[in-house]
Amino acid sequence: MALLHVTSPHATSSQRTGALMRQVMLATLPGLAVLTWLFGWGTVINVIWAMLIAAAAEAAVLKARGKPVGLYLRDNSALVTAVLLALAIPPTAPWWLTLIGVGSAIILAKQLYGGLGMNPFNPAMVGYVLLLISFPVEMTRWLAPGAAPDLATSWQLFLDRYPGADALTGATPLDSFRTWAGDASALAAEPILQGRFAGLGWEWVNVAFLAGGLYLLWRRIITWHIPVAFLAGLGLCALPFWLYDPVRFASPLFHLFSGAAMFGAFFIATDPVSAATSRWGRLIYAALIGVLIWVIRSLGGYPDAVAFAVLLLNLAAPTIDYYTQPRTYGHDKPKRGTG
Amino acid sequence: MSLLSLFRPARTESGRKLHDFHGGIHPPQRKTLSSEAPIRPGPLSATLVLPLNMHLGAPALPCVQVGDRVLKGQILAEASGPVSAPVHAPTSGVVRAIEPRPIQHPSGLDALCVVLDSDGEDRWTALTPCPDYRDMPRAELVARIRDAGIAGLGGAGFPTAVKVNVRDSQRIEQLIINAVECEPYITADDRLMRERAEGVIAGIQVLQHLVQPMETLVGIEDNKPEAIAAMRAAAAGTGIEIVTVPTKYPSGGEKQLIRVLTGKEVRSGGLPADVGVVCHNTGTAWALHRLVTTGEPLISRITTLTGTAFAEPGNVEVLIGTPVADLLAFGGVPQPHTGRLIMGGPMMGFSIENPLAPVVKTTNCIIAAPLSELPEPEPEQPCIRCGACAEVCPADLLPQQLYWYSKASEFDRAQHYNLMDCIECGACAYVCPSHIPLVQYYRYAKGAIRQQAAEHQKADRARERFEARTARIEREKAEKEAKRQARLEANRQKSSPATSVAAATPAADPVADLKKAVGEASSAYKAAVKIAKEAEEQGADNAADLRAEADQLKARADELKIALRDAKANAPAAVAPTAQAAPADPVADLKKAVGEASSAYKAAVKAAKEAEEQGADNAADLRAEADQLKARADELKIALRDAKASAPAPTRPAPASPAPAAPPAVSLSTAPESPTAQANAEDEASAEAERAKRAQRMKALKTAFNMSHKQWKEASAALERAERDGLPDVDTHRARVDKLKKKADLAKAQLNELVEAAKADMKASTGTDLKTLKLQAARAESTVREKTAALATAREAGDEERINVLQQELAAAEQQALETARTLKQAVAEQGLSDGDDA
Repeated sequence: MALLHVTSPHATSSQRTGALMRQVMLATLPGLAVLTWLFGWGTVINVIWAMLIAAAAEAAVLKARGKPVGLYLRDNSALVTAVLLALAIPPTAPWWLTLIGVGSAIILAKQLYGGLGMNPFNPAMVGYVLLLISFPVEMTRWLAPGAAPDLATSWQLFLDRYPGADALTGATPLDSFRTWAGDASALAAEPILQGRFAGLGWEWVNVAFLAGGLYLLWRRIITWHIPVAFLAGLGLCALPFWLYDPVRFASPLFHLFSGAAMFGAFFIATDPVSAATSRWGRLIYAALIGVLIWVIRSLGGYPDAVAFAVLLLNLAAPTIDYYTQPRTYGHDKPKRGTG
Repeated sequence: MSLLSLFRPARTESGRKLHDFHGGIHPPQRKTLSSEAPIRPGPLSATLVLPLNMHLGAPALPCVQVGDRVLKGQILAEASGPVSAPVHAPTSGVVRAIEPRPIQHPSGLDALCVVLDSDGEDRWTALTPCPDYRDMPRAELVARIRDAGIAGLGGAGFPTAVKVNVRDSQRIEQLIINAVECEPYITADDRLMRERAEGVIAGIQVLQHLVQPMETLVGIEDNKPEAIAAMRAAAAGTGIEIVTVPTKYPSGGEKQLIRVLTGKEVRSGGLPADVGVVCHNTGTAWALHRLVTTGEPLISRITTLTGTAFAEPGNVEVLIGTPVADLLAFGGVPQPHTGRLIMGGPMMGFSIENPLAPVVKTTNCIIAAPLSELPEPEPEQPCIRCGACAEVCPADLLPQQLYWYSKASEFDRAQHYNLMDCIECGACAYVCPSHIPLVQYYRYAKGAIRQQAAEHQKADRARERFEARTARIEREKAEKEAKRQARLEANRQKSSPATSVAAATPAADPVADLKKAVGEASSAYKAAVKIAKEAEEQGADNAADLRAEADQLKARADELKIALRDAKANAPAAVAPTAQAAPADPVADLKKAVGEASSAYKAAVKAAKEAEEQGADNAADLRAEADQLKARADELKIALRDAKASAPAPTRPAPASPAPAAPPAVSLSTAPESPTAQANAEDEASAEAERAKRAQRMKALKTAFNMSHKQWKEASAALERAERDGLPDVDTHRARVDKLKKKADLAKAQLNELVEAAKADMKASTGTDLKTLKLQAARAESTVREKTAALATAREAGDEERINVLQQELAAAEQQALETARTLKQAVAEQGLSDGDDA
């Protein structure tokens, strides 16, 4: 008899890492659709291009490391990194910007640390911050919502052959608010700030990512801890200041539906590899990201702050885990430290 | 989900507040495969295999012989300890063998089994039921349960008699009957409760009678409505509460069920009884019911046969010992079966290695599943730290951290993360999207930790043993010392009249003699050091040189011996009216002598150790010599003590050893008592010098012999090699061998001559010879052995009077042996002989 000799448990759930990652990519589709509707085909081109680079980079490094390429590629983690980074890059980005960003994310931030599961930092955010610091002009060249260029223009921009690229760009709501904060009339006059409840256009981007995030929650791909704590940290931090001075400080709603808030809460901070792992740890981790985002947006030098906040809290995750171990059944109190 | 249940604790119909435990999973139940058919009687196998370790605790001891004819229910093997259970014949037949057979054990090792050939008649032995168990003494009922071999039918197989025998000091608040059956596939308890609820309730009442709980709760998962209804009906009016618990794996885990029903937590490492809870399984209750109503021991159980490979899945009342293969055939599993074959449930069961393994008391389920149903495990992928495992862990552990540390063999850290609280339920591995066999990692780490702990314990025990031994030796030494002191005191008192005469006689200059002796000793010491250095330089093959070094050291000890005697003899003379300056000297010299003797002993021990390590031939000799030196040093110490004690008083100290034959060296110092004695002394002195010279020569010869003998051996080996390999220089080797052999023989012959001369000399001077002395020593030693043996026998018999007599006799014999041994050593040493020279 050809019997299997394996230890228990003999039954396993149908969850697969590859399938989980695919679900995450699926959940970004609403956000991608809204971005395309607002800013043209640039983001779609970026996403496809980034996925190609990520798969190639991952395969190359895996081969160099002597790992089974097929098995590891099937976990789809590199593609998720590529999609997330491509969604964060402006739609006007030339091909080489994405290449550098995704290449560093996969090779430097992920594989050099030992591949999936071993990276201390969120690879997509490492790539994003690297680009933001190295190529600030290209990385802030967002378009005015609604003035979406056609496919040909987007393609020219992608190939870096469009002469008047700078002419197309417009400030994001967060940018504008930073510029005019404290000046009530200017704020009222700025068209991009005149959305239904947050920045024009960008509010719908965030709504779309929120929808995707809720889908992930519904499919139990992520737990509620990180998004809820993230948004609560950001919103509750913004609330008292907005009440104190609504001209200088943006409303909680504006914060929650601007920039990469929803994207960060459901897709970036929830990256399990670089997040804290215990239940309380995740709550603290995400809440602190939210607080840090508000601090950098309102008091710092950058208009948006998801990437910086996430990377800083990635650093703190092991320490947070250190102090937030659960109380094991049969023990009086939780343990601390690592023994 | 968990948030909601946190705010709204579940309550049962009866208003009992239910608690939740962290985590848990909801795997597909797949219970309807087997739950709908009534319980069938199982097959009667031609051969039944009954492992002796079916239960937790000590294996049972067979009490039948191969070839014995046994009846159904007859005992085959007895319980062998407080935590053990007997094994009974499940049917009538003949004991074919008592031998190791494959069983279902995670180790995959065979275990001792009684193999029973069924005779097909299934004839019962006489049974004695006890329906009036309530009137029986409690101990008797517990004994009946023990004799019936009932062990927990749920999981671990803990002997029921031990569990029901709660201590009076333990107040049991809740008796919990675990009828949760939370693992997928298994329906044995479900069917049992549906069909035989009255019997189960009656069995629970036996447990109630024994445990006397304040309340009795039967926990059943809400996925078994028929069983719940049947149990409710049967339990009406009994005070037994049937509690419906929400379906969640692993709510049937003992600790989890206790938490769900009572809110109590069993402390880590503790027992449920510590929190006033006792847990039993439904099947156990049924077995108790059978015992009291019919007197049947535990010889059968209800086992679920399930999995899509079974043509006829369902529950079967199967005889314990039935091979799994017979059940597969009985249930219509097509042969050959491929895929999974599991004993137990899909979450915690074990793969069956060999289908000939029998059903045991804890076998609640057999799953035969093709790969389409339970596929091969997928390849392990990297952990993505998703934390799904921590979400489902019923013990609220961090499985991910346990995994990292187990994998890295960082067991301290794994233990810090409470690895040992893992119940191996498999929920973490079930949900892991990376298919990491987490439980396997934990089992590995737990096993390694247990092994480490066992080794640690072993080392501790060895250390304790060693310390106890050292303490005993110390104590014995002290006792001997005390005895010797007493004896010396007695001798001194006896000899004091004689010494007062001796003290009055004039004495030669003892200081000069002593100085000379010390000078010789130190020069001998220097020589020994030189040789030791040379030996060190030569490296490994220095055994012979070390021997020489030891000889030198011995020689020096001999000189010191002479000095000692001088001192002893002169101490009283020095304090005599003539010489007042002397008294300090002997003591000081003795002190020096003692120090040097003990350092000589240490050096000799070191040499012997090195020789032993190198496996040298003469290691034993060196060791013996070291022992001699030790004895010598001890004697010197005693002499020193005596000298100290007697120095201020005008009494002559007793000789260290009241040797029956006074060694000739004594005469050197005691001689000059008269003019004639003066002349004698000169003769003696020259004789002594000659002897010393001879001793030196003997030593040199011994060294020469040892070295040439060793070289000869090496050369012989070289020659052999050369002959074997056909090397051209065979003749050269042969010549060398011959030459060395001659040299060794010559040295030996010369040595023997000297030895003979020394022996003759000794006989002439002492009136006794070495052989007689040796015989005496051997006799004394054998007396000691005899007495020791007799004493041990008497101690065993507890004969107080005889022990006392023997103890005294033994003490006397020991003293005798000590004295003869010392005399022998002295005599040998003074002649410059060693023990081996007698042959």
